[in-house]
Amino acid sequence: MSVVSTQPQSPGRFVPAPRITPANRTPPPPGAAPVLRTQRLTVAYRHKAAVREVTLDIPPRQVTAIIGPSGCGKSTLLRALNRMNDFIPHVHVDGSVYYRGRDIYAPGSDPVALRRRIGMVFQKPNPFPKSVYRNVAWGARINGYRGNFDELVERALRQAALWDEVKDALHRGALELSGGQQQRLCIARAIALQPEVLLMDEPCSALDPIATARIEDLIDGLKKEFTVVLVTHNMQQAARVSDRTAFLLMGQLIEVDETARIFTNPSDRRTQDYITGRFG
Amino acid sequence: MSATPAAAAELFRPALSRRRVAGHIFAGLCLAATLLSVVALATLLADIAAEGLSLVSWRFLTRFPSTLDPLKGGIKSALWGTIWVIGLTILFAVPLGMGAAIYLQEYARAGRIKHWIELNIANLAGVPAIVYGILGLALFVRWMHFDRSVLSAALTMSLLSLPVIIIATQQALAAVPNSVREAAYALGATRWQMVRSHVLPAALPGMMTGIILALSRAIGEAAPLVVLGAQTYIQFTPEGLFDMYTVLPIQVFDWADRPQKEFHQLAAAGIVVLLAVLFVMNSVCVGLRGWQQRKHLG
Repeated sequence: MSVVSTQPQSPGRFVPAPRITPANRTPPPPGAAPVLRTQRLTVAYRHKAAVREVTLDIPPRQVTAIIGPSGCGKSTLLRALNRMNDFIPHVHVDGSVYYRGRDIYAPGSDPVALRRRIGMVFQKPNPFPKSVYRNVAWGARINGYRGNFDELVERALRQAALWDEVKDALHRGALELSGGQQQRLCIARAIALQPEVLLMDEPCSALDPIATARIEDLIDGLKKEFTVVLVTHNMQQAARVSDRTAFLLMGQLIEVDETARIFTNPSDRRTQDYITGRFG
Repeated sequence: MSATPAAAAELFRPALSRRRVAGHIFAGLCLAATLLSVVALATLLADIAAEGLSLVSWRFLTRFPSTLDPLKGGIKSALWGTIWVIGLTILFAVPLGMGAAIYLQEYARAGRIKHWIELNIANLAGVPAIVYGILGLALFVRWMHFDRSVLSAALTMSLLSLPVIIIATQQALAAVPNSVREAAYALGATRWQMVRSHVLPAALPGMMTGIILALSRAIGEAAPLVVLGAQTYIQFTPEGLFDMYTVLPIQVFDWADRPQKEFHQLAAAGIVVLLAVLFVMNSVCVGLRGWQQRKHLG
Protein backbone atom coordinates (compact mmCIF):
# COMPACT_ATOMS: atom_id res chain seq x y z
CA MET A 1 0.00 0.00 0.00
CA SER A 2 1.30 3.43 -0.85
CA VAL A 3 1.84 6.30 1.53
CA VAL A 4 -0.76 8.64 0.14
CA SER A 5 -3.63 10.03 2.20
CA THR A 6 -5.36 6.67 1.96
CA GLN A 7 -3.44 5.71 5.05
CA PRO A 8 -5.58 5.94 8.14
CA GLN A 9 -4.77 9.02 10.15
CA SER A 10 -5.43 9.49 13.78
CA PRO A 11 -8.74 11.29 14.06
CA GLY A 12 -7.82 14.43 15.97
CA ARG A 13 -4.70 15.38 14.03
CA PHE A 14 -4.77 16.79 10.59
CA VAL A 15 -1.45 16.86 8.81
CA PRO A 16 -0.85 17.56 5.13
CA ALA A 17 -0.58 14.45 3.01
CA PRO A 18 2.81 13.68 1.54
CA ARG A 19 3.33 14.95 -1.99
CA ILE A 20 2.18 12.63 -4.71
CA THR A 21 5.07 11.33 -6.78
CA PRO A 22 4.75 9.17 -9.88
CA ALA A 23 6.13 6.27 -7.90
CA ASN A 24 3.20 6.04 -5.54
CA ARG A 25 0.60 6.74 -8.15
CA THR A 26 0.24 3.13 -9.16
CA PRO A 27 -3.29 1.82 -9.04
CA PRO A 28 -4.16 -0.49 -6.18
CA PRO A 29 -3.67 -4.18 -6.79
CA PRO A 30 -6.75 -6.06 -7.82
CA GLY A 31 -8.62 -7.40 -4.87
CA ALA A 32 -7.45 -4.62 -2.56
CA ALA A 33 -9.65 -4.22 0.50
CA PRO A 34 -12.63 -1.96 -0.25
CA VAL A 35 -12.62 1.48 1.36
CA LEU A 36 -16.37 1.42 1.77
CA ARG A 37 -18.69 -1.53 1.92
CA THR A 38 -22.42 -1.50 2.36
CA GLN A 39 -24.03 -4.61 3.70
CA ARG A 40 -27.74 -5.22 3.19
CA LEU A 41 -28.22 -1.48 3.43
CA THR A 42 -31.81 -0.32 3.48
CA VAL A 43 -32.75 3.36 3.70
CA ALA A 44 -36.41 4.20 4.15
CA TYR A 45 -38.28 7.50 4.21
CA ARG A 46 -41.12 6.95 6.62
CA HIS A 47 -42.14 3.46 5.46
CA LYS A 48 -41.09 3.68 1.86
CA ALA A 49 -37.71 2.06 1.20
CA ALA A 50 -35.63 4.14 -1.23
CA VAL A 51 -32.64 1.77 -1.02
CA ARG A 52 -33.26 -1.96 -0.47
CA GLU A 53 -30.70 -4.35 0.91
CA VAL A 54 -27.82 -3.04 -1.16
CA THR A 55 -24.51 -4.80 -0.68
CA LEU A 56 -21.77 -2.97 -2.55
CA ASP A 57 -17.99 -2.69 -2.30
CA ILE A 58 -16.21 0.55 -3.19
CA PRO A 59 -12.59 -0.24 -4.09
CA PRO A 60 -9.88 2.33 -3.34
CA ARG A 61 -8.66 4.87 -5.84
CA GLN A 62 -11.10 4.06 -8.55
CA VAL A 63 -14.18 5.81 -9.82
CA THR A 64 -17.32 3.88 -9.02
CA ALA A 65 -20.34 5.15 -10.88
CA ILE A 66 -23.88 4.58 -9.66
CA ILE A 67 -26.39 4.76 -12.50
CA GLY A 68 -30.10 4.20 -12.75
CA PRO A 69 -33.34 5.93 -13.68
CA SER A 70 -34.66 8.93 -11.72
CA GLY A 71 -35.95 7.99 -8.30
CA CYS A 72 -34.06 4.69 -8.16
CA GLY A 73 -32.32 5.66 -4.92
CA LYS A 74 -28.86 6.60 -6.26
CA SER A 75 -28.61 9.83 -4.29
CA THR A 76 -30.05 8.26 -1.15
CA LEU A 77 -27.46 5.49 -1.36
CA LEU A 78 -24.66 8.01 -1.87
CA ARG A 79 -25.79 10.17 1.02
CA ALA A 80 -25.92 7.12 3.25
CA LEU A 81 -22.17 6.75 2.79
CA ASN A 82 -21.32 9.88 4.80
CA ARG A 83 -24.50 10.03 6.84
CA MET A 84 -25.88 13.10 5.10
CA ASN A 85 -29.31 11.49 5.35
CA ASP A 86 -29.17 12.15 9.09
CA PHE A 87 -30.61 15.61 8.49
CA ILE A 88 -33.68 14.44 6.64
CA PRO A 89 -36.56 13.77 9.01
CA HIS A 90 -38.12 10.31 9.15
CA VAL A 91 -35.21 8.49 7.58
CA HIS A 92 -34.58 5.00 8.84
CA VAL A 93 -31.41 3.06 8.07
CA ASP A 94 -31.03 -0.70 8.31
CA GLY A 95 -27.99 -2.78 7.58
CA SER A 96 -24.44 -1.47 7.72
CA VAL A 97 -21.96 0.75 5.98
CA TYR A 98 -18.37 -0.13 6.73
CA TYR A 99 -15.68 2.49 6.26
CA ARG A 100 -12.28 0.88 6.69
CA GLY A 101 -13.96 -2.00 8.49
CA ARG A 102 -15.93 0.09 10.97
CA ASP A 103 -19.69 0.42 10.81
CA ILE A 104 -20.43 4.13 10.49
CA TYR A 105 -23.96 3.58 11.78
CA ALA A 106 -22.80 1.78 14.91
CA PRO A 107 -23.55 3.55 18.19
CA GLY A 108 -20.69 5.86 19.10
CA SER A 109 -19.62 6.38 15.51
CA ASP A 110 -19.15 10.12 14.98
CA PRO A 111 -20.57 11.47 11.70
CA VAL A 112 -18.70 14.76 12.09
CA ALA A 113 -15.33 13.02 12.14
CA LEU A 114 -16.47 10.74 9.32
CA ARG A 115 -17.40 13.58 6.97
CA ARG A 116 -13.91 14.99 7.03
CA ARG A 117 -12.66 11.68 5.62
CA ILE A 118 -15.55 11.28 3.18
CA GLY A 119 -16.15 14.53 1.33
CA MET A 120 -19.09 15.40 -0.86
CA VAL A 121 -19.86 17.44 -3.96
CA PHE A 122 -23.50 18.25 -4.59
CA GLN A 123 -25.73 18.40 -7.62
CA LYS A 124 -26.03 22.17 -7.68
CA PRO A 125 -22.83 24.10 -7.01
CA ASN A 126 -23.21 25.44 -3.47
CA PRO A 127 -20.23 27.61 -2.62
CA PHE A 128 -20.54 29.66 0.54
CA PRO A 129 -21.39 33.31 -0.13
CA LYS A 130 -17.86 34.26 0.84
CA SER A 131 -14.56 34.69 -0.95
CA VAL A 132 -12.94 31.92 -3.00
CA TYR A 133 -10.14 31.70 -0.43
CA ARG A 134 -12.50 31.36 2.52
CA ASN A 135 -14.51 28.70 0.73
CA VAL A 136 -11.45 26.51 0.39
CA ALA A 137 -9.90 27.30 3.75
CA TRP A 138 -12.99 27.05 5.96
CA GLY A 139 -13.21 23.26 6.20
CA ALA A 140 -9.55 23.02 7.12
CA ARG A 141 -9.86 25.82 9.64
CA ILE A 142 -12.77 24.27 11.56
CA ASN A 143 -10.96 20.94 11.56
CA GLY A 144 -7.93 22.43 13.25
CA TYR A 145 -5.55 22.47 10.29
CA ARG A 146 -2.10 23.44 11.51
CA GLY A 147 -0.27 23.92 8.23
CA ASN A 148 0.08 26.87 5.90
CA PHE A 149 -3.33 27.98 4.65
CA ASP A 150 -2.05 29.76 1.53
CA GLU A 151 -0.36 26.58 0.39
CA LEU A 152 -3.39 24.49 1.21
CA VAL A 153 -5.69 26.77 -0.78
CA GLU A 154 -3.34 26.87 -3.75
CA ARG A 155 -2.85 23.11 -3.81
CA ALA A 156 -6.58 22.39 -3.58
CA LEU A 157 -7.38 24.90 -6.31
CA ARG A 158 -4.65 23.48 -8.53
CA GLN A 159 -5.95 19.97 -8.01
CA ALA A 160 -9.40 21.17 -8.94
CA ALA A 161 -8.00 22.80 -12.11
CA LEU A 162 -9.24 26.18 -11.00
CA TRP A 163 -6.08 27.91 -9.81
CA ASP A 164 -5.17 29.66 -13.06
CA GLU A 165 -8.64 31.15 -13.35
CA VAL A 166 -8.95 32.47 -9.80
CA LYS A 167 -5.40 33.09 -8.58
CA ASP A 168 -5.81 36.85 -9.04
CA ALA A 169 -9.30 36.89 -7.52
CA LEU A 170 -8.90 34.77 -4.41
CA HIS A 171 -10.59 37.36 -2.26
CA ARG A 172 -13.49 38.03 -4.58
CA GLY A 173 -16.89 36.55 -3.90
CA ALA A 174 -17.27 32.92 -4.95
CA LEU A 175 -20.74 33.63 -6.30
CA GLU A 176 -19.19 35.81 -9.01
CA LEU A 177 -17.73 32.69 -10.64
CA SER A 178 -19.47 30.83 -13.45
CA GLY A 179 -21.46 27.70 -12.66
CA GLY A 180 -18.67 25.38 -13.82
CA GLN A 181 -16.07 27.32 -11.85
CA GLN A 182 -18.29 27.22 -8.78
CA GLN A 183 -18.54 23.46 -9.04
CA ARG A 184 -14.76 23.12 -9.36
CA LEU A 185 -14.49 25.39 -6.32
CA CYS A 186 -16.78 23.00 -4.44
CA ILE A 187 -14.47 20.16 -5.47
CA ALA A 188 -11.45 22.16 -4.29
CA ARG A 189 -13.24 22.86 -1.02
CA ALA A 190 -13.87 19.14 -0.52
CA ILE A 191 -10.35 17.97 -1.40
CA ALA A 192 -8.70 20.69 0.69
CA LEU A 193 -9.56 18.48 3.66
CA GLN A 194 -7.58 15.68 2.05
CA PRO A 195 -10.39 13.19 2.41
CA GLU A 196 -10.04 9.60 1.43
CA VAL A 197 -13.33 9.33 -0.42
CA LEU A 198 -15.08 11.88 -2.58
CA LEU A 199 -18.83 11.42 -3.06
CA MET A 200 -20.19 13.24 -6.11
CA ASP A 201 -23.93 13.57 -6.53
CA GLU A 202 -24.61 14.31 -10.21
CA PRO A 203 -21.94 17.02 -10.14
CA CYS A 204 -22.48 18.03 -13.77
CA SER A 205 -26.24 18.04 -14.02
CA ALA A 206 -26.43 21.82 -13.68
CA LEU A 207 -23.53 22.49 -16.07
CA ASP A 208 -23.11 23.01 -19.81
CA PRO A 209 -21.19 20.45 -21.93
CA ILE A 210 -17.88 22.31 -21.81
CA ALA A 211 -17.96 22.71 -18.04
CA THR A 212 -19.02 19.06 -17.80
CA ALA A 213 -16.04 17.94 -19.87
CA ARG A 214 -13.69 19.87 -17.57
CA ILE A 215 -15.15 18.21 -14.48
CA GLU A 216 -14.90 14.80 -16.10
CA ASP A 217 -11.22 15.38 -16.90
CA LEU A 218 -10.79 16.45 -13.32
CA ILE A 219 -12.42 13.31 -11.92
CA ASP A 220 -10.07 11.22 -14.01
CA GLY A 221 -7.13 12.91 -12.32
CA LEU A 222 -8.65 12.83 -8.83
CA LYS A 223 -8.87 9.05 -8.73
CA LYS A 224 -5.09 8.85 -8.51
CA GLU A 225 -5.40 10.17 -5.01
CA PHE A 226 -9.01 9.74 -3.96
CA THR A 227 -11.66 7.08 -4.06
CA VAL A 228 -14.51 8.57 -6.06
CA VAL A 229 -18.16 7.53 -5.96
CA LEU A 230 -20.07 9.25 -8.73
CA VAL A 231 -23.84 9.30 -9.03
CA THR A 232 -24.94 10.19 -12.53
CA HIS A 233 -28.03 9.95 -14.67
CA ASN A 234 -25.80 10.34 -17.70
CA MET A 235 -24.74 6.91 -18.92
CA GLN A 236 -22.15 8.30 -21.32
CA GLN A 237 -20.55 10.03 -18.38
CA ALA A 238 -20.42 6.80 -16.40
CA ALA A 239 -18.91 5.06 -19.40
CA ARG A 240 -16.33 7.82 -19.90
CA VAL A 241 -15.02 8.34 -16.38
CA SER A 242 -15.74 5.32 -14.21
CA ASP A 243 -13.83 2.12 -13.61
CA ARG A 244 -16.74 0.28 -12.10
CA THR A 245 -20.45 0.84 -12.53
CA ALA A 246 -23.32 -0.14 -10.29
CA PHE A 247 -26.81 -0.24 -11.74
CA LEU A 248 -29.62 0.56 -9.36
CA LEU A 249 -33.29 0.02 -10.10
CA MET A 250 -36.11 0.80 -7.71
CA GLY A 251 -33.74 0.84 -4.79
CA GLN A 252 -32.17 -2.49 -5.58
CA LEU A 253 -28.67 -3.13 -6.81
CA ILE A 254 -29.18 -5.02 -10.04
CA GLU A 255 -25.53 -5.52 -10.83
CA VAL A 256 -22.11 -4.05 -10.35
CA ASP A 257 -19.11 -4.77 -12.51
CA GLU A 258 -16.29 -3.24 -14.46
CA THR A 259 -17.69 -0.38 -16.48
CA ALA A 260 -16.59 -1.89 -19.79
CA ARG A 261 -18.45 -5.08 -19.04
CA ILE A 262 -21.61 -3.30 -17.85
CA PHE A 263 -21.80 -1.33 -21.06
CA THR A 264 -20.86 -4.13 -23.48
CA ASN A 265 -21.94 -7.36 -21.90
CA PRO A 266 -24.10 -6.91 -18.79
CA SER A 267 -25.21 -10.07 -17.11
CA ASP A 268 -28.68 -8.87 -16.19
CA ARG A 269 -31.39 -8.29 -18.74
CA ARG A 270 -32.65 -5.14 -16.97
CA THR A 271 -29.20 -3.55 -17.15
CA GLN A 272 -29.12 -4.29 -20.84
CA ASP A 273 -32.54 -2.71 -21.29
CA TYR A 274 -31.57 0.41 -19.37
CA ILE A 275 -28.26 1.09 -21.09
CA THR A 276 -29.76 0.53 -24.50
CA GLY A 277 -32.40 3.12 -23.65
CA ARG A 278 -35.44 0.90 -23.48
CA PHE A 279 -36.58 2.66 -20.29
CA GLY A 280 -35.42 5.26 -17.82
CA MET B 1 -49.71 15.62 -32.11
CA SER B 2 -49.02 18.66 -34.26
CA ALA B 3 -52.01 20.31 -35.87
CA THR B 4 -51.97 22.41 -39.01
CA PRO B 5 -51.46 26.12 -38.33
CA ALA B 6 -55.09 26.80 -39.21
CA ALA B 7 -56.39 24.17 -36.81
CA ALA B 8 -54.05 25.40 -34.08
CA ALA B 9 -55.40 28.92 -34.56
CA GLU B 10 -58.87 27.54 -33.96
CA LEU B 11 -57.78 26.00 -30.65
CA PHE B 12 -56.40 29.15 -29.03
CA ARG B 13 -58.09 32.47 -28.32
CA PRO B 14 -55.17 34.55 -27.08
CA ALA B 15 -57.23 37.74 -26.42
CA LEU B 16 -53.93 39.61 -26.25
CA SER B 17 -55.39 43.09 -25.97
CA ARG B 18 -57.66 42.10 -23.10
CA ARG B 19 -54.77 40.49 -21.21
CA ARG B 20 -52.64 43.57 -21.72
CA VAL B 21 -55.39 45.88 -20.50
CA ALA B 22 -55.90 43.72 -17.41
CA GLY B 23 -52.16 43.98 -16.74
CA HIS B 24 -52.21 47.76 -17.08
CA ILE B 25 -55.21 48.06 -14.77
CA PHE B 26 -53.48 45.99 -12.11
CA ALA B 27 -50.27 48.01 -12.35
CA GLY B 28 -52.34 51.20 -12.15
CA LEU B 29 -54.13 50.06 -9.01
CA CYS B 30 -50.79 49.19 -7.35
CA LEU B 31 -49.39 52.60 -8.31
CA ALA B 32 -52.48 54.30 -6.86
CA ALA B 33 -52.08 52.37 -3.60
CA THR B 34 -48.42 53.42 -3.39
CA LEU B 35 -49.19 57.06 -4.13
CA LEU B 36 -52.03 57.15 -1.62
CA SER B 37 -49.83 55.87 1.21
CA VAL B 38 -46.92 58.10 0.28
CA VAL B 39 -49.12 61.18 0.02
CA ALA B 40 -50.84 60.45 3.33
CA LEU B 41 -47.51 59.94 5.06
CA ALA B 42 -45.96 63.02 3.45
CA THR B 43 -48.92 65.18 4.47
CA LEU B 44 -48.66 63.95 8.03
CA LEU B 45 -44.93 64.61 8.14
CA ALA B 46 -45.27 68.03 6.54
CA ASP B 47 -48.02 69.00 8.95
CA ILE B 48 -45.96 67.98 11.98
CA ALA B 49 -42.78 69.53 10.64
CA ALA B 50 -44.57 72.82 9.90
CA GLU B 51 -45.85 73.01 13.43
CA GLY B 52 -42.98 71.56 15.40
CA LEU B 53 -39.71 71.77 13.47
CA SER B 54 -39.09 75.40 14.37
CA LEU B 55 -39.15 74.46 18.04
CA VAL B 56 -36.61 71.65 17.77
CA SER B 57 -33.23 72.91 18.80
CA TRP B 58 -30.36 71.88 21.01
CA ARG B 59 -32.01 73.82 23.81
CA PHE B 60 -35.25 71.87 23.31
CA LEU B 61 -33.36 68.59 23.62
CA THR B 62 -31.41 69.56 26.71
CA ARG B 63 -34.06 71.25 28.87
CA PHE B 64 -36.67 69.78 31.14
CA PRO B 65 -40.31 70.56 30.37
CA SER B 66 -41.87 73.59 31.96
CA THR B 67 -45.53 74.24 32.71
CA LEU B 68 -45.07 77.90 33.51
CA ASP B 69 -43.37 78.90 30.28
CA PRO B 70 -43.96 75.90 28.00
CA LEU B 71 -42.08 77.17 24.95
CA LYS B 72 -38.92 77.70 26.99
CA GLY B 73 -39.07 74.15 28.24
CA GLY B 74 -37.67 71.05 26.58
CA ILE B 75 -37.93 67.35 26.22
CA LYS B 76 -34.82 66.17 28.02
CA SER B 77 -36.55 63.88 30.53
CA ALA B 78 -38.61 62.05 27.91
CA LEU B 79 -35.72 61.75 25.45
CA TRP B 80 -33.47 60.19 28.07
CA GLY B 81 -36.31 58.04 29.33
CA THR B 82 -36.86 56.64 25.85
CA ILE B 83 -33.13 56.02 25.37
CA TRP B 84 -33.04 54.16 28.69
CA VAL B 85 -36.13 52.07 28.04
CA ILE B 86 -35.26 51.17 24.45
CA GLY B 87 -31.60 50.59 25.29
CA LEU B 88 -32.54 48.13 28.02
CA THR B 89 -35.17 46.54 25.79
CA ILE B 90 -32.53 45.92 23.11
CA LEU B 91 -30.28 44.43 25.77
CA PHE B 92 -32.97 42.04 27.02
CA ALA B 93 -35.09 41.23 24.00
CA VAL B 94 -32.58 40.95 21.16
CA PRO B 95 -30.34 38.21 22.57
CA LEU B 96 -33.31 36.36 24.06
CA GLY B 97 -35.34 36.56 20.87
CA MET B 98 -32.46 35.60 18.61
CA GLY B 99 -31.55 32.71 20.88
CA ALA B 100 -35.08 31.38 20.94
CA ALA B 101 -35.39 31.69 17.17
CA ILE B 102 -32.07 29.95 16.54
CA TYR B 103 -33.08 27.14 18.84
CA LEU B 104 -36.50 26.71 17.23
CA GLN B 105 -35.19 26.90 13.67
CA GLU B 106 -31.83 25.14 13.84
CA TYR B 107 -31.99 22.78 16.80
CA ALA B 108 -35.54 21.85 17.80
CA ARG B 109 -36.92 18.70 16.24
CA ALA B 110 -39.92 19.21 14.05
CA GLY B 111 -42.98 17.91 15.83
CA ARG B 112 -46.13 18.74 17.67
CA ILE B 113 -44.45 20.55 20.58
CA LYS B 114 -42.46 22.82 18.29
CA HIS B 115 -45.55 23.53 16.24
CA TRP B 116 -47.51 24.35 19.37
CA ILE B 117 -44.82 26.74 20.63
CA GLU B 118 -44.64 28.51 17.28
CA LEU B 119 -48.40 28.88 17.16
CA ASN B 120 -48.38 30.50 20.59
CA ILE B 121 -45.59 32.89 19.66
CA ALA B 122 -47.52 33.93 16.57
CA ASN B 123 -50.59 34.57 18.71
CA LEU B 124 -48.57 36.57 21.23
CA ALA B 125 -47.38 38.85 18.43
CA GLY B 126 -50.99 39.86 17.91
CA VAL B 127 -51.84 40.57 21.54
CA PRO B 128 -52.65 44.28 22.11
CA ALA B 129 -49.92 46.24 23.84
CA ILE B 130 -52.16 47.22 26.72
CA VAL B 131 -52.41 43.57 27.72
CA TYR B 132 -48.63 43.48 28.06
CA GLY B 133 -48.96 46.56 30.21
CA ILE B 134 -51.35 44.80 32.57
CA LEU B 135 -49.08 41.74 32.66
CA GLY B 136 -46.07 43.93 33.40
CA LEU B 137 -47.97 45.69 36.16
CA ALA B 138 -48.83 42.42 37.86
CA LEU B 139 -45.47 40.72 37.22
CA PHE B 140 -42.75 43.34 37.41
CA VAL B 141 -44.30 46.30 39.26
CA ARG B 142 -46.22 44.40 41.95
CA TRP B 143 -44.91 40.88 42.26
CA MET B 144 -41.21 41.54 41.72
CA HIS B 145 -41.42 44.96 43.40
CA PHE B 146 -39.57 46.77 40.61
CA ASP B 147 -42.20 49.47 41.06
CA ARG B 148 -42.72 52.18 38.50
CA SER B 149 -39.13 51.95 37.31
CA VAL B 150 -37.26 52.02 34.02
CA LEU B 151 -36.58 48.33 34.61
CA SER B 152 -40.28 47.44 34.74
CA ALA B 153 -40.87 49.41 31.55
CA ALA B 154 -37.97 47.79 29.70
CA LEU B 155 -38.94 44.27 30.79
CA THR B 156 -42.53 44.85 29.66
CA MET B 157 -41.35 46.29 26.34
CA SER B 158 -39.08 43.25 25.95
CA LEU B 159 -42.05 40.90 26.35
CA LEU B 160 -43.91 43.00 23.82
CA SER B 161 -41.11 42.84 21.24
CA LEU B 162 -40.04 39.24 21.79
CA PRO B 163 -42.66 37.49 19.64
CA VAL B 164 -41.99 39.78 16.68
CA ILE B 165 -38.22 39.37 17.03
CA ILE B 166 -38.52 35.59 17.28
CA ILE B 167 -40.81 35.28 14.27
CA ALA B 168 -38.74 37.62 12.09
CA THR B 169 -35.47 35.92 13.06
CA GLN B 170 -36.91 32.49 12.44
CA GLN B 171 -38.08 33.56 9.00
CA ALA B 172 -34.67 35.00 8.19
CA LEU B 173 -33.03 31.73 9.24
CA ALA B 174 -35.53 29.69 7.26
CA ALA B 175 -34.69 31.73 4.16
CA VAL B 176 -31.06 30.50 4.22
CA PRO B 177 -30.95 27.72 1.63
CA ASN B 178 -30.39 24.21 2.93
CA SER B 179 -27.60 23.71 0.41
CA VAL B 180 -25.45 26.00 2.55
CA ARG B 181 -26.08 23.86 5.63
CA GLU B 182 -25.31 20.68 3.71
CA ALA B 183 -22.11 22.17 2.31
CA ALA B 184 -20.92 22.95 5.83
CA TYR B 185 -21.87 19.55 7.24
CA ALA B 186 -20.16 17.77 4.35
CA LEU B 187 -16.91 19.46 5.39
CA GLY B 188 -17.10 17.93 8.84
CA ALA B 189 -18.64 20.93 10.61
CA THR B 190 -20.60 20.58 13.80
CA ARG B 191 -24.03 22.15 13.97
CA TRP B 192 -22.71 25.11 15.92
CA GLN B 193 -19.89 25.75 13.42
CA MET B 194 -22.39 25.58 10.59
CA VAL B 195 -24.79 27.97 12.30
CA ARG B 196 -22.16 30.46 13.40
CA SER B 197 -20.14 30.66 10.21
CA HIS B 198 -22.79 30.36 7.54
CA VAL B 199 -26.39 30.49 8.67
CA LEU B 200 -26.18 33.49 11.02
CA PRO B 201 -24.20 35.75 8.67
CA ALA B 202 -26.55 34.91 5.80
CA ALA B 203 -29.63 35.52 7.92
CA LEU B 204 -28.36 38.67 9.61
CA PRO B 205 -29.85 41.27 7.23
CA GLY B 206 -33.31 39.72 7.57
CA MET B 207 -32.91 39.45 11.33
CA MET B 208 -31.95 43.14 11.56
CA THR B 209 -35.03 44.13 9.61
CA GLY B 210 -37.25 42.18 11.99
CA ILE B 211 -35.55 43.59 15.06
CA ILE B 212 -35.93 47.14 13.79
CA LEU B 213 -39.64 46.56 13.16
CA ALA B 214 -40.14 45.23 16.66
CA LEU B 215 -38.20 48.07 18.28
CA SER B 216 -40.00 50.68 16.19
CA ARG B 217 -43.23 49.39 17.61
CA ALA B 218 -41.87 49.43 21.14
CA ILE B 219 -40.47 52.95 20.91
CA GLY B 220 -43.82 54.40 19.90
CA GLU B 221 -45.96 52.57 22.46
CA ALA B 222 -47.51 54.67 25.19
CA ALA B 223 -50.40 52.49 26.36
CA PRO B 224 -48.56 49.76 28.29
CA LEU B 225 -46.34 52.34 29.99
CA VAL B 226 -49.36 54.32 31.13
CA VAL B 227 -50.61 51.16 32.82
CA LEU B 228 -47.17 50.60 34.33
CA GLY B 229 -47.22 54.07 35.83
CA ALA B 230 -44.82 56.06 33.72
CA GLN B 231 -44.66 59.74 34.75
CA THR B 232 -46.01 62.48 32.54
CA TYR B 233 -44.19 65.43 33.98
CA ILE B 234 -40.80 64.98 35.58
CA GLN B 235 -37.81 67.20 36.01
CA PHE B 236 -35.09 64.60 36.06
CA THR B 237 -33.63 61.81 33.93
CA PRO B 238 -33.22 58.20 35.09
CA GLU B 239 -29.86 57.44 36.58
CA GLY B 240 -30.39 53.79 37.40
CA LEU B 241 -32.58 50.80 36.74
CA PHE B 242 -34.99 51.64 39.56
CA ASP B 243 -35.57 55.32 38.77
CA MET B 244 -38.84 56.76 37.57
CA TYR B 245 -39.05 57.89 33.96
CA THR B 246 -41.19 59.23 31.19
CA VAL B 247 -40.88 58.45 27.49
CA LEU B 248 -41.42 60.44 24.29
CA PRO B 249 -44.87 59.10 23.31
CA ILE B 250 -46.20 59.75 26.80
CA GLN B 251 -44.76 63.24 26.87
CA VAL B 252 -46.27 63.92 23.46
CA PHE B 253 -49.60 62.54 24.58
CA ASP B 254 -49.56 64.73 27.68
CA TRP B 255 -48.78 67.87 25.71
CA ALA B 256 -51.32 67.14 23.01
CA ASP B 257 -53.96 66.65 25.68
CA ARG B 258 -53.60 70.17 27.09
CA PRO B 259 -55.86 72.96 25.82
CA GLN B 260 -53.23 75.70 25.22
CA LYS B 261 -51.90 76.08 21.70
CA GLU B 262 -48.23 76.25 22.80
CA PHE B 263 -48.45 72.70 24.08
CA HIS B 264 -49.71 71.50 20.73
CA GLN B 265 -46.64 72.98 19.14
CA LEU B 266 -44.55 71.19 21.72
CA ALA B 267 -46.32 67.93 20.93
CA ALA B 268 -45.45 68.32 17.25
CA ALA B 269 -41.84 69.02 18.16
CA GLY B 270 -41.86 65.93 20.37
CA ILE B 271 -43.04 63.81 17.45
CA VAL B 272 -40.21 65.17 15.32
CA VAL B 273 -37.75 64.11 18.02
CA LEU B 274 -39.35 60.67 18.26
CA LEU B 275 -39.07 60.23 14.50
CA ALA B 276 -35.46 61.39 14.62
CA VAL B 277 -34.62 58.79 17.29
CA LEU B 278 -36.27 56.13 15.15
CA PHE B 279 -34.30 57.30 12.13
CA VAL B 280 -31.01 57.15 14.02
CA MET B 281 -31.82 53.63 15.24
CA ASN B 282 -32.63 52.53 11.70
CA SER B 283 -29.45 54.05 10.31
CA VAL B 284 -27.31 52.27 12.88
CA CYS B 285 -28.97 48.99 11.89
CA VAL B 286 -28.45 49.57 8.18
CA GLY B 287 -24.84 50.50 8.86
CA LEU B 288 -24.27 47.34 10.90
CA ARG B 289 -25.83 45.28 8.14
CA GLY B 290 -23.57 46.72 5.47
CA TRP B 291 -20.52 46.32 7.65
CA GLN B 292 -21.36 42.69 8.34
CA GLN B 293 -21.87 41.94 4.66
CA ARG B 294 -18.58 43.52 3.68
CA LYS B 295 -16.77 41.70 6.45
CA HIS B 296 -18.02 38.34 5.28
CA LEU B 297 -17.00 38.83 1.70
CA GLY B 298 -13.42 39.76 2.55
